[in-house]
Amino acid sequence: MPFIPHTEEETRKMLDAIGVSNIDELFDEIPADLINERLDYVPPAMDEAGIRRLCKNSAQSDGHYVNFIGAGAYEHHIPAAVWQVATRGEFYSAYTPYQAEASQGTLQLLYEYQTMMASLTAMEVSNASLYEGASALAEAVLMSVRAQRKKHRILMPETINPAYRETTETIVKNQGITISNIDYSGDTGTIDLVQLNDQFTDDVAALVIPQPNYFGALEQVDELVDLAHKQGCLVIAVVNPLSLAILKAPGEWGENGADIVVGEGQPLGIPLSSGGPYFGFMCCTQKIVRQMPGRLIGRTLDAEGKQGFTLTLQAREQHIRRSKATSNICTNQGLMVTAATLYMSLMGPAGMAQAAKASHANTRLLVEKLTAIDGVEVVFNSPFFHECVLRIDTPMDDLVRAITAQGIIAGMPLGADYEGLQDCLLVCATELRTEEEMDDFALHLERIVSKE
Amino acid sequence: MTELIFEQSTAGRINNAQYQSGTFSIDDLPQALLRKTGPALPEVSEMQAVRHYTRLSQLNFAIDTHFYPLGSCTMKHNPRICNEAAMYDGFSGRHPLSPASTGQGVLSCLYDLQEILKDISGMSEVSLAPMAGAQGEFTGIAMIRAYHEARADDARQEILVPDAAHGTNPATAVMCGYTVKEIPTLDNGDVDIDALRAAVGPQTAGLMLTNPSTLGVFERQITEIAALVHEAGGLLYYDGANMNAILGKVKPGEMGFDVIHLNLHKTFSTPHGGGGPGAGPVGVSKRLVPFLPVPRIAESSGEYVLLDKNDCPQSIGRLSCFMGNTGILLRAWIYARMLGRDGMKRVADYATLNANYMKVKLEQGGFEMAYESRRATHEFILTLKKEKAETGVTAMDFAKRLLDKGYHAPTTYFPLLVPECFLIEPTESESLEELDGFIAAMEEIRRESVEQTDLVKSAPHSLPVRRLDDVRAARQLDVVWQEDAV
Repeated sequence: MPFIPHTEEETRKMLDAIGVSNIDELFDEIPADLINERLDYVPPAMDEAGIRRLCKNSAQSDGHYVNFIGAGAYEHHIPAAVWQVATRGEFYSAYTPYQAEASQGTLQLLYEYQTMMASLTAMEVSNASLYEGASALAEAVLMSVRAQRKKHRILMPETINPAYRETTETIVKNQGITISNIDYSGDTGTIDLVQLNDQFTDDVAALVIPQPNYFGALEQVDELVDLAHKQGCLVIAVVNPLSLAILKAPGEWGENGADIVVGEGQPLGIPLSSGGPYFGFMCCTQKIVRQMPGRLIGRTLDAEGKQGFTLTLQAREQHIRRSKATSNICTNQGLMVTAATLYMSLMGPAGMAQAAKASHANTRLLVEKLTAIDGVEVVFNSPFFHECVLRIDTPMDDLVRAITAQGIIAGMPLGADYEGLQDCLLVCATELRTEEEMDDFALHLERIVSKE
Repeated sequence: MTELIFEQSTAGRINNAQYQSGTFSIDDLPQALLRKTGPALPEVSEMQAVRHYTRLSQLNFAIDTHFYPLGSCTMKHNPRICNEAAMYDGFSGRHPLSPASTGQGVLSCLYDLQEILKDISGMSEVSLAPMAGAQGEFTGIAMIRAYHEARADDARQEILVPDAAHGTNPATAVMCGYTVKEIPTLDNGDVDIDALRAAVGPQTAGLMLTNPSTLGVFERQITEIAALVHEAGGLLYYDGANMNAILGKVKPGEMGFDVIHLNLHKTFSTPHGGGGPGAGPVGVSKRLVPFLPVPRIAESSGEYVLLDKNDCPQSIGRLSCFMGNTGILLRAWIYARMLGRDGMKRVADYATLNANYMKVKLEQGGFEMAYESRRATHEFILTLKKEKAETGVTAMDFAKRLLDKGYHAPTTYFPLLVPECFLIEPTESESLEELDGFIAAMEEIRRESVEQTDLVKSAPHSLPVRRLDDVRAARQLDVVWQEDAV
């Protein structure tokens, strides 16, 4: 019986102690017609050797591809110590730190994480994580509406990751919140400031600003923040945490900085893993901290005046406030945050800045090599950070199929989400991409483009 | 006391093994958009970082080190093979936006999990997209709303929940734009069916229920409850937090539920990780299938595909950027394959045996059960109100003293219905010796609460910290370390 230690003798002893003759009797309060032990699909049990074999085969069968794609998830170097330490049993199999005295390891780590994220984003407070980037944006939208009472419109630029927008709509649509679209300029691939200016009606709670945006382009964040604040709106920044090692942090945008900052934490030591588990981060100003969802760890003293850590401001959360909670979130992404904290400590600010710079330099190099091909050109006239949109003179489906067959994931085709970008591909090169890999990509791309 | 990592930093210290060599220009980026000063992240050596976090880990209680009978949390053993295999290169290195053709291996595992969950739950279709139980609840209630809206039945704006429900239930209902009405629970632990009958009507969108309930007992009138709600035109939502009690024995689909969520980090043993990640897949009956979230894993002529909004026009939409907590789903799948067909019901059998054994022994030891005439399911509640009245020692004090004895305390003060309560769930992976040890510790603390009251009231004594000042934590909010803070 896998994972069940009882011997027959022990089972008998326990049944006797209870006063029943068999285990089935313990289920006698369940109406007999509801008992159904028949399973048609579940296969017979596998032992560990068998499941190991099956998993190795499945994992191997998917092969190995060179990733030139980002679009929300990025393949960065993960120091070996990150997952070795994060999967120690004391972290891996620990529960939510409700009994603070028995969880000082996790609690102190989360406090350090909060400190690191606050510094990275230049904000005053951080929570201890949400599920991932897109739903974190949804939570930020809900938070800004709560903070701005009576204002139920959000300005959402088209330069936000389409999946983030869709997720936000799914999560907020039943609470009477309207998401209004802001166009992007076809020339720069950034928010159309002129069009934006006309969108500030009285009911706008917040403006969402990505940096870099989905196209990899850099937005005019200072102007945008000041404009939004002048109109009485909050600013929700959506950022790449690794980029913040070198880019100006949202807390320093414009005169007063962003009000809420969210994003995807995956670049900080989390493997790609077909999309999850990742983690969402959220930081905000002290002023609106009581509206922030998710867990929050505070430093305090114990009965002997010694430093300790504990969950705090729990009155925001579902287990206390129930229907009046800031969010229904309970379990979040604790293990991923543990890994990210290890990552940031092992890399340090210098290591992270270097990884960010190398990613940027590699993307520039990639773009240079690819645009040297006839029929491939950069679309937007804008500074970009570690991702870039290319227009390619070849039917996109054919292109993707042909490049994939060469063991390369070429980038994210944009046609499905953006009407004017049917023939466009969002490419990305992180610090892990070598020049050989880029030359290989260019070689194959040229063959395919010139053939058509 | 452990220093913070920042207190061990030295300006300029670089971990060279992780520092990519080379000089990389960013001079094409506008100066105005660059950081002027670096982020204040730790500057420590690799040895310092490893030592610091390893030491921190040693301050934790965990399933790997302690018996953790937290009611409704299902703290069962986390088999290591689940972690090893889920992190094989082919799985962990795959980009989520790679074409489905490059992911037939991982998709076949996930599809298998989907089908397994369909089988054990008795539902028509399953989605693996929700990232935790609360997101599963959101998905379920949002689908109920979509269902009623599709039928233009706009009067249904109320969700019913039992007063003993987990806090996520009413929070979820509000997130979906509903008002919440609570249904009382009777002294025998069953939902008050007369109150329910009076509460249902044309305004009822649905009822959210856990079965076994949060009180640790089986909702015996479930068939009648389902009929009542359905007759009034509402739908029935199943919170699967307590699935461990009935896995392989009862199928929620056969109890009349229209939509369910499962907590894979409970029933399917994925790691609790200090607070997640989890996974909260949902199962639905036929009439809710069109509303399932995207992406959905489907099989078409032997190939696995991901369905999107174009394939599922009535879908409630996306819940996250990608397809959910894939690595967690893989761990759950591996565990499910190791349990196999016979292993499913063994989980329920032994979880229930362990809980009933503990209930009987603690009762014999003089503790008062909240529902003494009822069978324990995989968990049960005891109340310390008598002990509090006699000695002043509360459930909180008992819990802290249990930590000294080397046991993580059970769930305390939930459900709110029972004063000074412990909700105790041993799970099936604990041995008889462990259970007996816990029972002995409880009896010891009881003696101590009479003979050495202050010792118990000021527990814990043997942990890295004494009892923490929660009031101070909230009043003097300190959530980010500052260099010059005292």
